[in-house]
Amino acid sequence: MSAAVAVDARRRSNTELGLLVLAVLVVLCAYTLVGLAQTEAIPAGVASYGGTLAVLALAAHLVSRRLVRGADPLILPLGFLLNGLGLVMVQRLDFAQDASRAPAQTVWSLVAVAVFIATLVVLRDHTVLDRYRYLIGIAALAFLLMPLLPLVGREVNGARIWLRFATLSFQPGEVAKLGLVAFFASYLAEKRALMTVATNRLGPFHVPPARAFGPILVVWGVSLSVLIFEKDLGLSLLVFGIFVLMLYIATGRPAYALAGVVLFAAGAFAAWQVFSHVAARVGTWLDPWAKYESDGFQVAQSLFAMGTGGIWGVGLGRGRPDLIPEVGTDFIFAAFGEELGLIGSTALLLCYFLLIGRGLHIAARARDDFGQLLAAGLTVLFGLQVFVILGGVTRLLPLTGLTLPFISYGGSSLVANYALLAILLRVSAAGGEGPAT
Amino acid sequence: MTRPLRRVALVLFVLFGALFVNVNYLQVIRADDLANDNRNTRTLIKEYARQRGSMLVGRGNRQSEIARSVETGGRYKYERRYPDGPLYAHITGFYSIVYGRAGLEESGNRFLVGDAPEQFARTLGDFLSGREPHGDDLVLTVNPSAQEAARDGLGDRTGAVVAIEPSTGAVLAAYANPTYDPNRLSTFDRDEATTYWDRTDDERRNRALRETYPPGSTFKLVTAAAALSDGISADTTFPDPQSYTPPQTTRSIPNFGGGLCNGGSRLTLQRALEVSCNTVFARLGNEVGPEKLVAQAERFGLNARWDTQLPLVPSAIPSDLDPPAAAQSAIGQRDVRVTPLQMAMITAAIANDGVLLRPRVIDRIQDFDGRMVREYGPEPLTLAGAESGAAVSRAVAGDLQRMMVGVVEAGSGRSAAIPGVEVGGKTGTAQVGEGGNPTVWFTGFAPADNPQVAVAVVVPDGGDVGAEATGGAVAAPIAREVMEAVLE
Repeated sequence: MSAAVAVDARRRSNTELGLLVLAVLVVLCAYTLVGLAQTEAIPAGVASYGGTLAVLALAAHLVSRRLVRGADPLILPLGFLLNGLGLVMVQRLDFAQDASRAPAQTVWSLVAVAVFIATLVVLRDHTVLDRYRYLIGIAALAFLLMPLLPLVGREVNGARIWLRFATLSFQPGEVAKLGLVAFFASYLAEKRALMTVATNRLGPFHVPPARAFGPILVVWGVSLSVLIFEKDLGLSLLVFGIFVLMLYIATGRPAYALAGVVLFAAGAFAAWQVFSHVAARVGTWLDPWAKYESDGFQVAQSLFAMGTGGIWGVGLGRGRPDLIPEVGTDFIFAAFGEELGLIGSTALLLCYFLLIGRGLHIAARARDDFGQLLAAGLTVLFGLQVFVILGGVTRLLPLTGLTLPFISYGGSSLVANYALLAILLRVSAAGGEGPAT
Repeated sequence: MTRPLRRVALVLFVLFGALFVNVNYLQVIRADDLANDNRNTRTLIKEYARQRGSMLVGRGNRQSEIARSVETGGRYKYERRYPDGPLYAHITGFYSIVYGRAGLEESGNRFLVGDAPEQFARTLGDFLSGREPHGDDLVLTVNPSAQEAARDGLGDRTGAVVAIEPSTGAVLAAYANPTYDPNRLSTFDRDEATTYWDRTDDERRNRALRETYPPGSTFKLVTAAAALSDGISADTTFPDPQSYTPPQTTRSIPNFGGGLCNGGSRLTLQRALEVSCNTVFARLGNEVGPEKLVAQAERFGLNARWDTQLPLVPSAIPSDLDPPAAAQSAIGQRDVRVTPLQMAMITAAIANDGVLLRPRVIDRIQDFDGRMVREYGPEPLTLAGAESGAAVSRAVAGDLQRMMVGVVEAGSGRSAAIPGVEVGGKTGTAQVGEGGNPTVWFTGFAPADNPQVAVAVVVPDGGDVGAEATGGAVAAPIAREVMEAVLE
């Protein structure tokens, strides 16, 4: 490592530290505002809360400073900021709902940052994931289908995506998604040359051999079974969407993307025809007002919240987000929309957008095919998940139950997303070491 | 792989662009609609934090609150209570956390929450000093005795009563049966509210202000007004056939009960109104002509939406009547539909020497300390080219008043007579299709020399006497009780 590169790496690490300090300050301000709005006093715990956040941020930073030198300096602060704002909102909803979910979410944040650190410590080289591809692939599939097991599998709100051991519940699908991306990346990195060759002709188009479409059919089958047996529209859509996009990135063949879109459309149409819960979702999406008293209520409340927020918002802690059913998980964005207005919802969108931009940037500069596909796949996973849930909450798309990464209440999602950041940083550190562009 | 990666990046960029556009659409373009949607309880909940104004009826020591906010000590600070709920429900409406607002709770909302433009300085002061804002009270024109008389008069019968003070347009009574208890919709107990809502669909229909009925013979007042304005006098005589067949049809119009009106000899317009002679008025419908008949109806308020303090539905008469339709419309059949409020307004205009006044149920707005914020006075309702509210000329109004007095003294409306008081009125018995019981009406005013009250009573489906019901037998006694209550 030359002197110039070392200086640049230090500069990046300092940028990360500065941005983390900023993130902690923003979160503390939000925390104080909620306290002022709810109890008309500066919350007593503001110092200890700030201390906890600072320690967490510092720990994550020091590890990333040592173990992923010169990696992208925006990734960690963005994730930390979103995590912190999510914590504040979960606590704010506790006030409104007379619940006590904030302590659990705080513990999950500690666990998630620990997982972030552990991932960096254990995973010194991302190509390790390449070597254990089948183990990872099988584990991911097992995780994905685990909720179907008797005894431990649990159905919550119509979707069978939960595992429950005593009082501890977990959504294995959140972790399975990361494993699937790693498996896809590894598989595609190896087979991409083979799958890129266009040997057959379909009318005027050159297309790959029919055999090469095999994997896409397998994944299609898996995602359909998730839809059918676990009734999880969002996860199913996500798994299939990631695979098709990764396949396209690996091969550059639009035929795959086209086949994917056609298969997806066919699957979606069939699901709409066959499953009443899918048909109900679509009906609610088309006209939530017609079924305001029943299925449309949740989306309608979300839209009311967004509209009430307007441009400036009603103020953190001063709205009524508790009127939206499931506001803490799927619909937490609407709570921000109400209390922070267009300004706040745009800021959140930009944070996600920035994270995705950095992720794709890391992918573009990765030196190996696997690293490139891994970073791209993780970023697409993250981006699609954000798009699908926010689209559902704002009625751009039919609603599918997905968590909003880092912000929604829930431990599995938080842990998985911190792990995702750690892997991205790992790929970033191994990638091009030129100055940040 | 750079090229496809770029394309995927572009796809994500487009997807997020769509999210951004959609958020702007919701929070800027649609923001007001969504925030003020009746079902958006956020606005309601914010309102529950302030003490909403009361609604008051009656004068002096008989003044009482019919809607007020009481502190609950719960999470929502104030709950709405209606001490005489069912009696005034079709006026007050309700204030529900589940179903939003209705009636005066809705139309008078800005005053009840204290947002009147007159109160801008106070609102600003409250805001700056952090004072709890306070709503203003609505003082209503409703006369509790008349309202109670309407309730007692209707008893168990489905129907509605509206009474108006002719000289001011003040609504003295607006009662409809069945009615509902707004307390049970305005409770914070959602289950109670939804259960009650689900089984009161019919009770919530506002038959006094928002339902229309065929007016039957009461509409002969409008036909007579058109005829008198067209040069015919109360003494003009008409033949007395058993039925009248309008041009362009073979379907004849018989008299009520199929007989003659005057033993077969010619009778005056005055007498024709007293005995409610169908053949004379059907003939008049064509002699005066559909244009003048419709124009007269419109000067009384039909076919128009005018601003009032309460949400109403307009009454209607088709404007393209052929001769058979004109003849039937002239006796209040066919497609003519009026609300009880509209019928009371017609009589009130006649009693007020032809001048139609805008009906109003809010007399004034006053603040918590009883200071006047705004006052509503009599205001002519000028429609369809009439001059300053003159639905008919003073002379025509005088003729109509005398003819209506004749109806009560010597015609079909005898059971509306009040001893010692000269009463004018008109009965109506509208046939509603084959086999249905008639919709019966009475509309009248008293005292004739200085009218204090104009009233309209409708009892659809014949009340408790079914097919034998007539306006004179069923509706007139109710109208008499309401008028007596006002005159006491």
